[in-house]
Amino acid sequence: MPRWFYQLASPRWCYQITGKLLPGFAIAALLLIAVGTVWGLAFAPPDYQQGNSFRIIYLHVPTAYMAQSIYMTMAIAGAVGLIWKMKMADMVLKCCAPIGAWLAVLALATGAIWGKPTWGSWWVWDARLTSMLILLFLYLGVIALNSAIESESTAAQATAVLVLVGLVNIPIIKYSVDWWNTLHQPATFKVTEKPAMPVEMWMPLLLMVIGFYAFFAVALMLRLRNEILRRERRAGWVRELLQQQRG
Amino acid sequence: MNNKATNACHLPELKSGEISFQPGRIFWATLVRELNLALRRRSDLINPLVFFLMVATLFPLGVSPEPSVLSTLAPGVVWVAALLATLLSLDSLFRSDFDDGSLEQMLLSPQPLFVVVLGKVLAHWLLTGLPLTLMAPLLAVMLFLPAEGMWGLMLSLLLGTPTLSLIGAIGAALTVGLRKGGVLLSLLVLPLYIPVLIFGTAAVEAAVTGLPLGGFLALLGALLAAGLALSPLAIAAGLRISVSG
Repeated sequence: MPRWFYQLASPRWCYQITGKLLPGFAIAALLLIAVGTVWGLAFAPPDYQQGNSFRIIYLHVPTAYMAQSIYMTMAIAGAVGLIWKMKMADMVLKCCAPIGAWLAVLALATGAIWGKPTWGSWWVWDARLTSMLILLFLYLGVIALNSAIESESTAAQATAVLVLVGLVNIPIIKYSVDWWNTLHQPATFKVTEKPAMPVEMWMPLLLMVIGFYAFFAVALMLRLRNEILRRERRAGWVRELLQQQRG
Repeated sequence: MNNKATNACHLPELKSGEISFQPGRIFWATLVRELNLALRRRSDLINPLVFFLMVATLFPLGVSPEPSVLSTLAPGVVWVAALLATLLSLDSLFRSDFDDGSLEQMLLSPQPLFVVVLGKVLAHWLLTGLPLTLMAPLLAVMLFLPAEGMWGLMLSLLLGTPTLSLIGAIGAALTVGLRKGGVLLSLLVLPLYIPVLIFGTAAVEAAVTGLPLGGFLALLGALLAAGLALSPLAIAAGLRISVSG
């Protein structure tokens, strides 16, 4: 195991390193999302079939990606927490869940807003929409279980098991389009193929996706720092830190 | 609690200091114990079945008594009712063992927990999933499911309900330490039930329309195989966490 892996286990080290990383990620997120939004909403060419209503994909696709990626992050954190009993992994797991749940809500909401002019209805029982809804339910279950158990370490372990069980659902989400093949269009980006969109359309989308990853990092670090301070409130270094900030 | 008396009697006898690895015997012992315990509280056995029947009765009253409407709804309604009835029975799966401490003894025993858990889940299925499957034709008739769909319904429930018991036991294991685990349990487990529900109803609908249903049954069988292999691990982990916490 490399040295940084052990350092990750130390809340103090994590608090310090996230403090240093935070401004960089915040600026990156702000810039990327600002440029992506303006470019996507104002300058990208309108779609030849859907007109301007397609522009919501600049919000919809990143939120949907993030909702899935955050679940993966949670699962990895859960596995690390179960295997190495690492306190930081428990905290990451706990902090990820609300962010992921909100992004899943956003993905569903933007999808509904896009569906109204395009499909003629707010909601369609299509495989992909349904799987995103299930993903939201999984997030809500994770949050509920984590808050129901009082002991922090027990809550983290139980949640980790639940997240890993739910991970079975992620491939179903990813490949449900191919399985059931209904109304929803296939994934926009494929690693193996060139995107079907022109460059000036997918470039802002790419910026938005990267921007949302940076935003997730910022949101996670902010929550994580709070959680570290709350859990380590009796530790010497936290008291010193608070005293420094007061004095 | 009359549980304690039944705990000791079925375990294999060992000489002092000897630890033998006997998964077959521990599986059988657990199964017999669970069935014995359940047969002594018969009302608990009937409740999920009555619930199953009542949920199905609500649909003609709530939606429409028209045979044409009901027969299109029937596959889904029977499956959803079976799913909810299973869910209802899950909370008590580990509860009494947790309360009287016998769960702790099972975790401490040198026998593999995987096998013990499998025995408990099989007992749960024999007492809920199997009766539900056998009762399903009654509901199907009440809801005017076409006769061609009957075998599809029975077979899909036969393959699907064990998976429901297996997945549900994970949720039961994770929430057994909580005083009010019931609602939380359904919140955790229901999303995981969705694939089983989809393939189960799809099998029935295929049977009704005369399409081959082998593919859907194969998928249900695949889910069951994966559930048998993987979920006891999660159940065992969940029980260890709940008991230690």
